[in-house]
Amino acid sequence: MIPTEYYIFLGSGLFTIGVIGVLTRRNVLIILMSIELILNAVNINLMALSQYFRSVDGQVFAIFVITDAAAEAAVGLGLIIALFRNKETVNADDIDLLKW
Amino acid sequence: MLELGTFIVLSVVVLVSAVLVITRRNAVHSAIWLIVTLFAVSGIYLLQHAEFLFAVQIILYVGGIMVLFLFVVMLVDIDVALKQARFARQWHVALLTAVLLLAQVGYALYNHGQGLNLPARPMVNAPAHNTQAVGMALYQNYMLPVEIASVLLLVAMVGAVIMAKRKLE
Repeated sequence: MIPTEYYIFLGSGLFTIGVIGVLTRRNVLIILMSIELILNAVNINLMALSQYFRSVDGQVFAIFVITDAAAEAAVGLGLIIALFRNKETVNADDIDLLKW
Repeated sequence: MLELGTFIVLSVVVLVSAVLVITRRNAVHSAIWLIVTLFAVSGIYLLQHAEFLFAVQIILYVGGIMVLFLFVVMLVDIDVALKQARFARQWHVALLTAVLLLAQVGYALYNHGQGLNLPARPMVNAPAHNTQAVGMALYQNYMLPVEIASVLLLVAMVGAVIMAKRKLE
């Protein structure tokens, strides 16, 4: 039996890697992939705690998180296609239309 | 012992491939390392006897979302990106902030060497059939959220089609 702490520490490590990816990368596609990493870290925590409390509620919420990830990927990638068509770039630094 | 060994191997695969996702120059390589990460995470679900989540992870994430990602990466990604700088200008500050965040979370969780301060386990047995238990929960206690999630997916689908269309009338 693996202690629940190990899962939570794994989840925080994966979350931090995802945050670093979101904050440092310039490619919008890789920023979206880092968001997927963050959502996976959340799912690991939900699953570990749901097994600790011996109830499936956490796993049900993990399924909802996966649903949200699917919706987010669809909308995000649609946005990236529209952006690329208009500005010919996927660079987060070059998308500064609302800055002044 | 075998269980702990499997967990350690899977965790190392998860963390190393996650680091590779955020450091590769080519977005296609990033996407492939993300697939490796997702497979290792699904292995961790299986280790915890969450079989339904394991199946959903592979079918939905690896089979659905990642194929969509690879499709768009190959549509959009340009050779120019391979020659430009990978990281934004603020990467020092960003790295420091993220490591501070990890230190804070770790300190809060570690609780002066006593581990997590979780409430006691309820004295019930785990549900014997994971998939059956998840299905019962989804269609009995969580009926309304399931419906809302289905509407959310419909809205996302329509939104993606509208945004990817060439011109709005």
